[in-house]
Amino acid sequence: MSEPDQETQAGSTDETGNSSLIETHVTSDTSVDTQGENPTSVVETRNLSVYYDEEQALDDVNLDIYEQEVTAIIGPSGCGKSTFLRCINRMNDLVEAATIEGELRFRGTDIYGDNVDPVALRRQIGMVFQHPNPFPKSIYDNVAYGLRVQDETVTDEIVETALKRAALWEEVKDQLHTSALDLSGGQQQRLCIARAIAVNPDVLLMDEPASALDPIATSKIEDLIEDLTSEYTVIIVTHNMQQAARISDRTAVFLTGGELVEFDHTTTIFENPADDRVEDYITGKFG
Amino acid sequence: MSKKRETELSSLERSEFIVRKERLYGQLLAACAVLTIAVTGGIILSLSGQALTFFGHVSPIDFLTGQNWSPLSNTPSYGVIPLISGTLIVTVGSAVIALPVGLGAAIYLSEYASSRVRGIVKPLLEILAGIPTVIYGYFALVYLTPLLDAPLPIRQTIIPGEFVLVVPSISTFNALSASIAVGVMIIPMVSSISEDALSAVPDSLREAGYGLGSTKFDVSTSIVVPAATSGIVSSYVLALSRAIGETMIVVVAAGESPKMPTFPNILENFTESIETMTVAMVNIASAESLGETVAYESMFAIGLTLFAITLTMNYIAELISRQYREEY
Repeated sequence: MSEPDQETQAGSTDETGNSSLIETHVTSDTSVDTQGENPTSVVETRNLSVYYDEEQALDDVNLDIYEQEVTAIIGPSGCGKSTFLRCINRMNDLVEAATIEGELRFRGTDIYGDNVDPVALRRQIGMVFQHPNPFPKSIYDNVAYGLRVQDETVTDEIVETALKRAALWEEVKDQLHTSALDLSGGQQQRLCIARAIAVNPDVLLMDEPASALDPIATSKIEDLIEDLTSEYTVIIVTHNMQQAARISDRTAVFLTGGELVEFDHTTTIFENPADDRVEDYITGKFG
Repeated sequence: MSKKRETELSSLERSEFIVRKERLYGQLLAACAVLTIAVTGGIILSLSGQALTFFGHVSPIDFLTGQNWSPLSNTPSYGVIPLISGTLIVTVGSAVIALPVGLGAAIYLSEYASSRVRGIVKPLLEILAGIPTVIYGYFALVYLTPLLDAPLPIRQTIIPGEFVLVVPSISTFNALSASIAVGVMIIPMVSSISEDALSAVPDSLREAGYGLGSTKFDVSTSIVVPAATSGIVSSYVLALSRAIGETMIVVVAAGESPKMPTFPNILENFTESIETMTVAMVNIASAESLGETVAYESMFAIGLTLFAITLTMNYIAELISRQYREEY
């Protein structure tokens, strides 16, 4: 499952795949139905369970994430949605108490396999966090950071492109060398997105990226996320169901105990969910 | 309803007792702050007073530029440069050991060690800080110096491997062993305060780094250490101040022979006995013929110089840490 040559293969197809797919998806990134009948799955989990010490956080999750879609993960607090997200880039490795069972494949490779380097994995799978966490460095150095640790050349052009992609360039182009901490919360979060996409990852994980922001900043982030699917696969955890409905192609609903209750096209989940508990959860929240 | 209103009104009334109590607390706390400032001020005043009398006898220029320190001889000479150089030699020597090792230990404890290892190692390191300095002094004199003095083949059997730095011959009292001992003594100060500063860096910054494909070393050196710069610099300043002021280790291990530094072979200065500013003060204080003599007063002039050096160092460190501060 995890031969090294397979890994490199996955990496190279991804690069060429990305550039050729940009054009075809520009016209179709707003509608689920035109995504095609046989989408490629980027991330697949099989019987994934996670425990923090004795406490179970995820229970036997089987879920496929499809290429160049926005997949929303919703559910009540403590249902394991963030845990799920943090499994995908092995961020849970940093938690001493966490144990992971089952299988999680990224482009066919079991990422918990023996010869997978989590550092290399995280270069393919970027992450944006709940609270904006820019480094206490300049705006420029924030965007350049990922390239530098990956020993890639930093050019002004790459930094500019990433900031433009994150819809932040116009606001910061004259102050690139001032501290990132002088930006507003919404700008900081867009900077974090620019920082993540500057290294050109395959997948972007977003952990409630707008929960700490005001409505205007939130809507900017949402527009940005929809726009990003032309190049990236986005997985977003949110507690805001309208947000999930607005921006995602597919939605996974987790309920307490870390159980994946339902996973389907977002329209189906919100209009005609198969599971009664999902309907209760969604309607209950909307009142 | 009206009853409830009444109680609310009465609870809004100002209580003289509480107001007075609050005022008293404020005054007590202010007194604590004033006390520390007053003591510092008092020390400066008494130092300056006696030092001024001294400078009435010996001109400050002679004092600061003189190359010979022999206050107790028949023809006394009060040149402070040999003492400053002695202090500088020990301070630089100990800094070369303590600053990198202390920071390395701090990074290990904060970023690499599991919580279990940290729970064991950190208190152990702090025990080092509790060892009386006189013991460090004898450790240097009785153990380190013979080790450094041993002929090369013997040294290599004690510590295997090639010696790049060959110490040709070493005096019984020498600055090298004193520097090493002072360095070891101040490691815990550097590591403990730096570790606190590193641990205070929020995890969200580490996660951001890992999320971008950083290794643990990248995260430690390019995110956590820069964000903790001001704390690390404070630990350095405190540790160096300790080294500058250290007396017991130096008097036991490095002796009491004021000496002008030799150039350009700087390492040679470490193989010989020296005298630091603090040791010179102890010498004068313990000399038999005390009283209001010039030699006695010179002690305060050294003290004032020492004070000025540490103060300048603190100020420079403050500037450095302001320059590199990365707030989070």
